[in-house]
Amino acid sequence: MTQIIERPAMNGDDAPEPQSPLLTVPRMAPTLTMAQAINRALHDAMAADERVLVFGEDVAKLGGVFRVTEGLAETFGEQRCFDTPLAESAIVGIAIGMAIRGFVPVPEIQFDGFAAPAFDQIVSHLAKYRMRTRGDVDMPVTIRIPSFGGIGAVEHHSESTESYWLHTAGLKVVVPSTPSDAYWLLRRAIVSRDPVVYLEPKRRYWAREAVDTNAPGLPIGRAAVRRIGTDVTVVTYGSLVATALSAAELAEQHGWSLEVIDLRSLNPLDFDTVAESVRKTGRAVVMHEGPRTLGFGAELAARIQEELFYDLEAPVLRATGFDTPYPPARLEKLWLPGPDRLLDCVQRAMEQP
Amino acid sequence: MAEVSAATDVPLAVEMEPVQLVAPDGAATSEDRYTRDLPPETLSWLYELMVVTRDLDGEFTNLQRQGELALFASCRGQEAAQVGATASLRKSDWLFPQYREIGAFLLRGITPAQMGAVWRGKWHGGLGFTERCCAPISIQIGTHGLHAVGAAMGAQRLGEDSVTLAFLGDGATSEGDAHEALNFASVFKAPCVFFVQNNQWAISTPVSHQMAAPSIAHRAIGYGMPGIRVDGNDVLACRAVTAEAAKRAREGGGPTLIEAITYRMGPHTTSDDPTRYRPQEEVDHWLARDPIARYRTYLQSVGVWTERLEERVAAKSMRLRTELRESVVGSDDFDVAEMFDAVYHDITPELVRQREELLAELAKEA
Repeated sequence: MTQIIERPAMNGDDAPEPQSPLLTVPRMAPTLTMAQAINRALHDAMAADERVLVFGEDVAKLGGVFRVTEGLAETFGEQRCFDTPLAESAIVGIAIGMAIRGFVPVPEIQFDGFAAPAFDQIVSHLAKYRMRTRGDVDMPVTIRIPSFGGIGAVEHHSESTESYWLHTAGLKVVVPSTPSDAYWLLRRAIVSRDPVVYLEPKRRYWAREAVDTNAPGLPIGRAAVRRIGTDVTVVTYGSLVATALSAAELAEQHGWSLEVIDLRSLNPLDFDTVAESVRKTGRAVVMHEGPRTLGFGAELAARIQEELFYDLEAPVLRATGFDTPYPPARLEKLWLPGPDRLLDCVQRAMEQP
Repeated sequence: MAEVSAATDVPLAVEMEPVQLVAPDGAATSEDRYTRDLPPETLSWLYELMVVTRDLDGEFTNLQRQGELALFASCRGQEAAQVGATASLRKSDWLFPQYREIGAFLLRGITPAQMGAVWRGKWHGGLGFTERCCAPISIQIGTHGLHAVGAAMGAQRLGEDSVTLAFLGDGATSEGDAHEALNFASVFKAPCVFFVQNNQWAISTPVSHQMAAPSIAHRAIGYGMPGIRVDGNDVLACRAVTAEAAKRAREGGGPTLIEAITYRMGPHTTSDDPTRYRPQEEVDHWLARDPIARYRTYLQSVGVWTERLEERVAAKSMRLRTELRESVVGSDDFDVAEMFDAVYHDITPELVRQREELLAELAKEA
């Protein structure tokens, strides 16, 4: 392809670490909400690479409906951060055209439910462009999608879309669970030469943490063990990591020791970390918000039994949402998997004969 | 004078009568807003491209009939539109084709082997197209217009004066993505030319069933961009209106929607049977308006056509047909491992595992 701007060799996993703009100043770790951490990552990525463009509905002047893109247009100008007309297919479609010309687009889809109109561009083009050009064209596009439920939102604002993307070859899919992870996963997604769907757990936008923008976290494709335990491995991601950690506290009262794995990256999947844990505990529960049938839990349960059948003391169980449309806000607390649903699964796993 | 859009300063009217520089009988028309006076070598180059396109197209169909290609979508009858649209552009102006644009591919120097890989079923999209500033073909209808707009917005940001050109069909203009592309291009004043080959049929669906607008070009009014109808079987007219649109785009004037009225003389693809939905009289009507015969007559009238030109063109046709045949017949498939390796820049552990699985399966069979 015609590369107008020379791009340094980079990729998601074995790439040089994303450059920190703060290398010359003393280390500091400001306390940020997840929304602020994502905003900081966008700022730093745009400062580090002039090919990075941010666009979408209401991202420039308003700074995003969650203020995640606040200040980008002011800092980098309207050529690099701009509002688009309301058309999600077009938002992804123009990102593809820009990537062909050597840019690094970071489009925003305003809410999970609005990814549906962009499905064709993501699945038919974005995911397949490298393959269809026999490796000639990079698609370093990161699609940010505020995702998942639990915030009392109106219809189409609480969807779990990960299974759609995971069933599409060519995409990487990541979900941060903490502000630090949100910062570094996004920095790494933006330097990836493959398209990344970056799902932001809205419910954790306001969670706070000290974010060290000088110390790159784990790369894409690596899971994190958030709590060490010995009885049951809980595999989850996104907003439910915090749910699993609080359930683990309650489980202790019953004498159950939970190990909590935060996948972070659903594709590529760090199955080694899952396997190592399940070999130790002999029990696994997968937890995600989205409907149970063909959710990521189905894949994980299948994979665990395929590879670890003789290490298992109990069936792999799933604590998930139900196979219904996402419910109205007044009912979502009953629908979403919480500590109780997880602990029921834990109990069933522990009480196997 | 037509009313002018306050927002974009373009006329809020489209002339129904298509621009035509050479009449179907090969005579120059009275149209004087555009020039026919191109250098003789340009005139004969256009002729060569059209004839070679047709001959190569025929060879593709033959190869499909002989079982060497899985499928083929002929561009027979649309040579003037494709060659004319591409001829005035620079080689650095990106093309975003649908899948039927052999004339444009040839003009860009894409080889028969690179085109043939798709129809042979060797690889998706075409091989090496992007080295010629041409996107891979798009089987998804109308979706690539957005890529053309994005690339044009990229050109704006690179400070280039390049343009992009999207080839759409009449059917594609019904797709939502085509609307979004036209709207975005207009809002962002993207240097983009939408060249619609209205070949009258989207498989079995006629244009009259595709829309109720007066013409495809009329849709431009709603987007605040110029819309222009052109005789798609008149290569000089197609070249002229595209050159005008590209110039306007390069100068920051934004996009243009061109409707080239032409005809798909053959089936939709080699799997189609057009006798089921269109009468022979209609096909005969258009056969009498053949773009190549018309242009040859015109070149004869201006003294550019010679026996020598015809021989030269025939020799080139033969060479490219042979090249296509040799690249296709008995050609090796790609290594099956590539279907895993080309998915990501960094192959995932799961794909490594699955690649090994397949290779082990094949080793067992061997």
